[in-house]
Amino acid sequence: MLILNCPYCGVDADETELAAGGEAHLKRFGPGSSDDELHDYLFTRENPKGVHLERWRHASGCGKWFHAARCTATLEVFGTYKAQVSGPPQEIRDAISAKRPGWSWREFS
Amino acid sequence: MSEPVSALMGAAYDGIVRVEECGLQGMITLRGDLASSRVIAAATGASGQQMPGQRRANVTGQSGLCWMSPDELLVLVPHAKVGDKLAAMTKTLGDAHSLAVDVSDARAMFRVSGANAREVMAKLAPVDFAPGAFGPGDFRRSRLAQVAGAFWMEEDGSFCIICFRSVADYVFKLLKVAAQPGSAVGVF
Repeated sequence: MLILNCPYCGVDADETELAAGGEAHLKRFGPGSSDDELHDYLFTRENPKGVHLERWRHASGCGKWFHAARCTATLEVFGTYKAQVSGPPQEIRDAISAKRPGWSWREFS
Repeated sequence: MSEPVSALMGAAYDGIVRVEECGLQGMITLRGDLASSRVIAAATGASGQQMPGQRRANVTGQSGLCWMSPDELLVLVPHAKVGDKLAAMTKTLGDAHSLAVDVSDARAMFRVSGANAREVMAKLAPVDFAPGAFGPGDFRRSRLAQVAGAFWMEEDGSFCIICFRSVADYVFKLLKVAAQPGSAVGVF
């Protein structure tokens, strides 16, 4: 069972209290973008074995969206961070690098 | 005007704990910046209570403040005074970016009291109810089996539970099953 710490209410919430929100840090391509960009924005998703950045919502708790960095192979959680960012903060990157040196995920590493 | 009645008309059950519906309770949802002086003044003025810290509830009798999220409080007031309190709060809030709504009739409230109260709660919610982890004044929004619920612990070790009125019957039945005689686990 996944247990994620909600950065808004500080609760160590287990999976049954959370709602998964898919991949993190998607950049929206809307009007004015090319067909390929719109296609990738809509359909192309990371499906890594290893480090993954995701969105979660503390649905049965404070109701806030947040981000989580975890490993899809071991279910290890590297950390959670707030939603108002467009990339993982430095302490999360450091935490991942400590456990998975040389990791990369989309444009982040 | 028709007379307001609570969801289960004060139903009660005695098992390894006592489960009772608390009757009518005035509740006002207040959203806004909890650090803003107007929001603080409106909340403390209506309830007569101090601002609660993160995941805390300050409740005395039918008046209190519960921390729902970083930008939301639940203001408890006596049911008969909701209208007046809400009007006073709206006036205090003025043009501060905020929202105060009377949600009394959308909710039901239960009390679980007795020596096994922690056990009964622990059967229903994914929350650590160990004495060191959850004590008097602690507040959690979580779920009770399959529905949303919020609860806090009173000074005497009993729990107050708030759920949506539409699921009041479900929650009461849940609590009854969890409180069946002979069902104590003895984990706490």
